[in-house]
Amino acid sequence: MQNTRLIETMVGAFVVAGIAALFMLAMKVSNLNAFANVDGYEVSAQFENIGGLKVLSAVSVGGVRIGRVSAIDFDQEDYEAVVTMTIDPKYDRLPTDTSASIFTSGLLGEQYIGFEPGGEELFLKDGDQITLTQSAMVLEQIIGQFIFSKASEGASE
Amino acid sequence: MNALQQLGHNALVALQRLGRASLFLWALLMGLPSLLLRLPLLIQQVFSVGVLSLVIVVVAGLFVGMVLGLQGYYTLVDFGAEESLGVMVALSLVRELGPVVAALLFAGRAGSALTAEIGLMKATEQLSGMEMMAVDPLKRVIAPRFFAGVLSMPLLAAIFSAVGVMGGYIAGVGLLGVDAGAFWSQMQARVDFYEDIMNGVIKSIAFGIVVTWIAVFEGYDAVPTSEGVSRATTRTVVYASLAVLGLDFVLTALMFGEV
Repeated sequence: MQNTRLIETMVGAFVVAGIAALFMLAMKVSNLNAFANVDGYEVSAQFENIGGLKVLSAVSVGGVRIGRVSAIDFDQEDYEAVVTMTIDPKYDRLPTDTSASIFTSGLLGEQYIGFEPGGEELFLKDGDQITLTQSAMVLEQIIGQFIFSKASEGASE
Repeated sequence: MNALQQLGHNALVALQRLGRASLFLWALLMGLPSLLLRLPLLIQQVFSVGVLSLVIVVVAGLFVGMVLGLQGYYTLVDFGAEESLGVMVALSLVRELGPVVAALLFAGRAGSALTAEIGLMKATEQLSGMEMMAVDPLKRVIAPRFFAGVLSMPLLAAIFSAVGVMGGYIAGVGLLGVDAGAFWSQMQARVDFYEDIMNGVIKSIAFGIVVTWIAVFEGYDAVPTSEGVSRATTRTVVYASLAVLGLDFVLTALMFGEV
């Protein structure tokens, strides 16, 4: 009888370990937890071009991550991309004239939104829109412009 | 002409075996309802099939993860992309290595033991003895082992992947100095729960069915001599490993084909 109980306990531990491993994979390794914690306040910003920005990309101020991109949409009236960001509620003192730019971490890294706080006394709150934005640098466009300017230089000579 | 006849004979024998194996699988699935009434039998087998395979799976997972971490780092560092190490380790483990290597280890550790046990039961006429007592050996002996294998395999694969990610973390962050935050956040940004993890789980369930099916069938179908049992055990490991690798290609092509 003792033996059976020991075996049953170990099987129980095995099943728990397996489910815990799956749970860890779900929560720690994949992006499933991003849907679980959506607390925080939302601000949006319009960009001409968002480059390779994705939902769940980081939003940071001075290199510190304060939130994530929660949705990306396209505004058919302005023909601009609308990026909605969820900001951690503990960072509630961002001035309303904060500017948002899309940066790339490293030359080939992930793209993220960087905030540059302004000097306004009023703070951003849920549903606000950031008006000062700077689009992503698209490497192909820059190279294209560079080649184009080189070519026109060559033609004028 | 003789060679042609030999080929035809071999083909017929192989087809017969396949047919017997399919009928056998059907009989096993039919044994599920009566097994649910006798859960202690199943628990006993989950212990010997799953729990006892845990050590080899954990140790192998840790080392596979660490090797992935080291090897991935040396490739990625040339591109200045060592932050993507977490993505690489997690995706390779969850999508491919976790289910496949765990299934190969499972075939070697548990599959061979299942075949040898059932084959020996057959050789010592324990199975016919049960039939004499009007106990169906398929339901009493084989079905619990089969379902224990099917149940254990996904759990073992999940443990393998989780421990492997830990191993990759130890090698990448602990030994090579990759940023811990980037390791986890890039991983979370790129690994999708349904696309990657659930498909890995589906794979491991498929491997569990195939490996245990081959193992119990080879045991049940073994020639009841010591030589026959040893051959059946060898065949289990060879066929199960090949089946896992082949099936993995098919499943990968089906699941990630359009990505």
